[in-house]
Amino acid sequence: MNYKVTIGLETHVQLKTNTKVWCSCANVYGHPPNTDICLICLGYPGSLPVLNKEAVRLTVMTGLMLGCNINTYSKFDRKSYFYPDMPKNYQISQYDKPFCEGGGVEIDVDGDRKRVSLTRIHLEEDVGKNIHHESASLIDFNRAGTPLMEIVTEPDMESADEVFAYLLALKQILTYGAVSDCNLEQGNIRCDVNCSVRPADQKELGTKTEIKNMNTFKGVYRALKHEIQRQIDVVEKGGVIHQEARRWDDLAGVTTAMRPKEYAHDYRYLPDPDLMSVVLSDEQVSKWREALPELPAARRSRLVAEYNIPEYDAKVLAADKAIADYYEEAARLSDHPKVVSNWIMTEVLRALSEHDRGIQQIKISPQYLVDLVKLVDDKTINMPSAKEVFNQMFETGENPSTIVEHKGLVQVSDTDAIDALIVQVLEEHPQSVGDYRNGKKNAAQFLVGQVMRLSKGKANPQIAMEAIQKKLNS
Amino acid sequence: MSKAYSSHTEKIDVEYVAHLARIKLNEEERERFQAQLEEILGYVDQLKTLNVEGVDPMAHPFPIQNVFREDKTCPSLDHEVAMKNAPQKRNGHFMVPKIVE
Amino acid sequence: MNPYSYQKGTIHELVNLLEKGACTSEEIVTDVLDSIGALDKKIQAYVFVDREACLEQAQMADQARQAGKKGSLLGVPIAIKDVLNVKGDPCTCASKIMEGYTASYDATVISRLREEGAVLLGRVNMDEFAMGSSTENSALKVTRNPWNTDYVPGGSSGGSAAAVAADEAIASLGSDTGGSIRQPAAFCGCVGLKPTYGRVSRYGLVAYASSLDQIGPITKDVRDSAILLEAISGYDQMDSTSVDMAVPDFQSALKEGLEGARLGLPAEYFVEGVDPEVREGVDKAIEQCRSLGAETVEVDLPHTSHAIAAYYIIANAEASANLARFDGVRYGARIDGKDPIDMYAKTREQGFGEEVKRRIILGTYVLSSGYYDAYYLRAQKVRTLIRNDFEKAFESCDALLTPTTPTAAFAVGEKKGDPLQMYLNDVFTVTANLAGICGISVPCGFTSKGLPIGLQILGPAYKEENVLNVAYAYEQAAGRSKV
Ligand SMILES: [Mg+2]
Ligand SMILES: [Zn+2]
Repeated sequence: MNYKVTIGLETHVQLKTNTKVWCSCANVYGHPPNTDICLICLGYPGSLPVLNKEAVRLTVMTGLMLGCNINTYSKFDRKSYFYPDMPKNYQISQYDKPFCEGGGVEIDVDGDRKRVSLTRIHLEEDVGKNIHHESASLIDFNRAGTPLMEIVTEPDMESADEVFAYLLALKQILTYGAVSDCNLEQGNIRCDVNCSVRPADQKELGTKTEIKNMNTFKGVYRALKHEIQRQIDVVEKGGVIHQEARRWDDLAGVTTAMRPKEYAHDYRYLPDPDLMSVVLSDEQVSKWREALPELPAARRSRLVAEYNIPEYDAKVLAADKAIADYYEEAARLSDHPKVVSNWIMTEVLRALSEHDRGIQQIKISPQYLVDLVKLVDDKTINMPSAKEVFNQMFETGENPSTIVEHKGLVQVSDTDAIDALIVQVLEEHPQSVGDYRNGKKNAAQFLVGQVMRLSKGKANPQIAMEAIQKKLNS
Repeated sequence: MSKAYSSHTEKIDVEYVAHLARIKLNEEERERFQAQLEEILGYVDQLKTLNVEGVDPMAHPFPIQNVFREDKTCPSLDHEVAMKNAPQKRNGHFMVPKIVE
Repeated sequence: MNPYSYQKGTIHELVNLLEKGACTSEEIVTDVLDSIGALDKKIQAYVFVDREACLEQAQMADQARQAGKKGSLLGVPIAIKDVLNVKGDPCTCASKIMEGYTASYDATVISRLREEGAVLLGRVNMDEFAMGSSTENSALKVTRNPWNTDYVPGGSSGGSAAAVAADEAIASLGSDTGGSIRQPAAFCGCVGLKPTYGRVSRYGLVAYASSLDQIGPITKDVRDSAILLEAISGYDQMDSTSVDMAVPDFQSALKEGLEGARLGLPAEYFVEGVDPEVREGVDKAIEQCRSLGAETVEVDLPHTSHAIAAYYIIANAEASANLARFDGVRYGARIDGKDPIDMYAKTREQGFGEEVKRRIILGTYVLSSGYYDAYYLRAQKVRTLIRNDFEKAFESCDALLTPTTPTAAFAVGEKKGDPLQMYLNDVFTVTANLAGICGISVPCGFTSKGLPIGLQILGPAYKEENVLNVAYAYEQAAGRSKV
């Protein structure tokens, strides 16, 4: 039987603010446990929250980037449930008046374009972290009270691939807007995935399950692939899907049911009497709208138009704002923007990924990358040398000319010098000479290689080829 | 001041509500609360006789709007001070009985 | 001249003496501490007094005065309701669940008292987490009414009122969520003022119901009330609900005579159920105000009879969330359990007293799935109606005169088993909290049993001058009641 899949996402995004949402503790990652905490984020008796203005701006900016309606009147509510990582045993969130409603994210799965609709975006506070030990659990409240934006989609996605594309597109936009660092390792983006299946001819949705607290996109993808199949298997065997929360076990590659939280859904929302409502003027919203950064789609088109590079290049480069920035800086300095693009898409991205670094940590300045391209273009060095130079630049950030000089890589284009090497090579490889003359033209390639070897890679291979052919053909 | 109130129509599930509030009650307490809360709820049911159509709910006496804080860090508490009141701690963490998920 | 019995003095009398150099803070504080030593076994107002620390503060105040420092409370000992955080001290909230808790900060009002040079006396008793009207709900002790120790001092700020009435403090701070300053002030023959919501920062006050709570003074006379109010008022960026408005010079509102004043008499506060002796005391006070030149007008507050119902829903809903943080994880008492859920349930079972549990359960219930609209939302709408009533009433008058309570103090134990009867006693005070307006209770005579009666004066929002003016004029004409 054919099945239809319905998926909706609740994505929690940590906002890039200096301070927490209700107090002035630093919003940072990786400090020793319980060192970024105060009376307010610990929920001390008598302490009161005061709203961080920047958290509001970033949430609204996100709404504007995603085409949401911005509510001019918003308020905060208490969502009650007891958990050790939540100091007040209620989370301050937004219930019926979030900052943003509606909007959507454009995705592209193998050329199929689609818009994933959003329900809402609201601002809330994060909780602390639990560390489970044998006999007890330990709590670090450093993260408690850091600003968290929750982006909720409609049940609009129909495959794991769409969800993956949605998350990538969302991350791109959030990064472009400098709303969040979107660092997955640090848990900057975490999502709950709601998923159900139904026979293709059935109208009403199947019972959904919720996979909780996913923090890698790959994990979401794999978990969904598994969960969709699991649900189909259950239905095929005539079983019933239970509405429940499930956990993804990345090692085993399966989802398993979590212990049902008793009465978990009776959150007893209550308007927070300690916080005042936020009323955004049209003026304020338009001011923020005007300050919106260029988004990935616009950047892709502009890269194509401005630098005359293929759509494909633009897509690869624009996928990461920092890479696009790096590219543009280099492209502006170069007469060959397409060649620069090639270098970035191949060598730069390869080296970064091999060294597990981000473009922010690259030591090669855009100017030096352009200089390297120029050294190849004016035939000062050949391609193999250029790659060698590049690798050294990647390590040290040195000027390519310095490296070329230091390593003596300047290409030999002097025909007399090359001719001398050719004579030696032809003498040493009579077999290949014979092959060539008997019509195996490939043998020339081998002979060029030998010339390169003797020149320690510095011979201009084109000139060497021409000279060999001339000699053997004569 | 009038005592003219009906008895509460809906039975309050004291056990369920106490669990939501994470308060253990013994049987005697539960029964006493049951009776007392039903009497109180019977009294507050008088609000149902009021016509509140078109009346805005009031969450604050004087709603001031847009009370913000600038996004500037202040030093957090000294770790020792922040942990001082903790009933149980270990390795710089607050300690609780093992969480079963 | 005989040595002055300083513990009987008011703030303004003592500051006057201090300024003239006629006495020292150390002498005053010594007298007050001696008074506590002599009386508190009987009154049980204090939960905590650190004699040495008090004397040290007094000596520092004396030195500061010599060095030229000024301060409206410089050297004057003030008792603090034990629901306010004072750095380095416990803050019991009269609850077992706060065992082991030490405050690591000063509430904003405490900082302000320190700035004015006040000597912070010990902490005084209250109903646990300010939930109650008799101070019988304290987990620590039962405070007695100094006028007759068989009677309750009122609550929840019963310790604050009893200490002032018994001359165990010159003045005190209380908190008022539904009458918790005015009612004990009335029961103990003190002056108790609930400021307009937002006038005084709540930062550092352990919250009962955040949209209703206000801190205010309990004093021996109206002038002291103005002085102490002025000291603690003002905008605080740590409290988003505090209002950014200049603090008036409240003492300048203290004028004798009431010519031109229009005082409203709401029929709903003069109904059957008000004790005839209370009624008589209040009526006499109203007559006194008229004789001082005030004009009285009849006003209507038609939704008064629904105030208690709305109040107990709203206050307890907020309380159920506010008190969720007492779970034994970060501070306070803990009873261990097999997992956190078990630990919470046991900690809160044994840490909270019965009234607190009752209110948390009630508040949880009215917010729980399926009941929100019927209870909480409806109560919020009724709250709007009650505020509208007051707004309309204040169009025709400057302040309202009512009894503070339907009866004078009741006997210890009298209402303990009947929570609803206890709640109904707050009928005349909860309305001001729901509407957010200000109010004061001043003594207006005694019942035949010798128990004080309170006259409540309610004023529009941010018009504390109005209620202080009426209270002062009345007090000057009628004379202060003395123990
Ligand atoms: Mg959320
Ligand atoms: Zn903090």
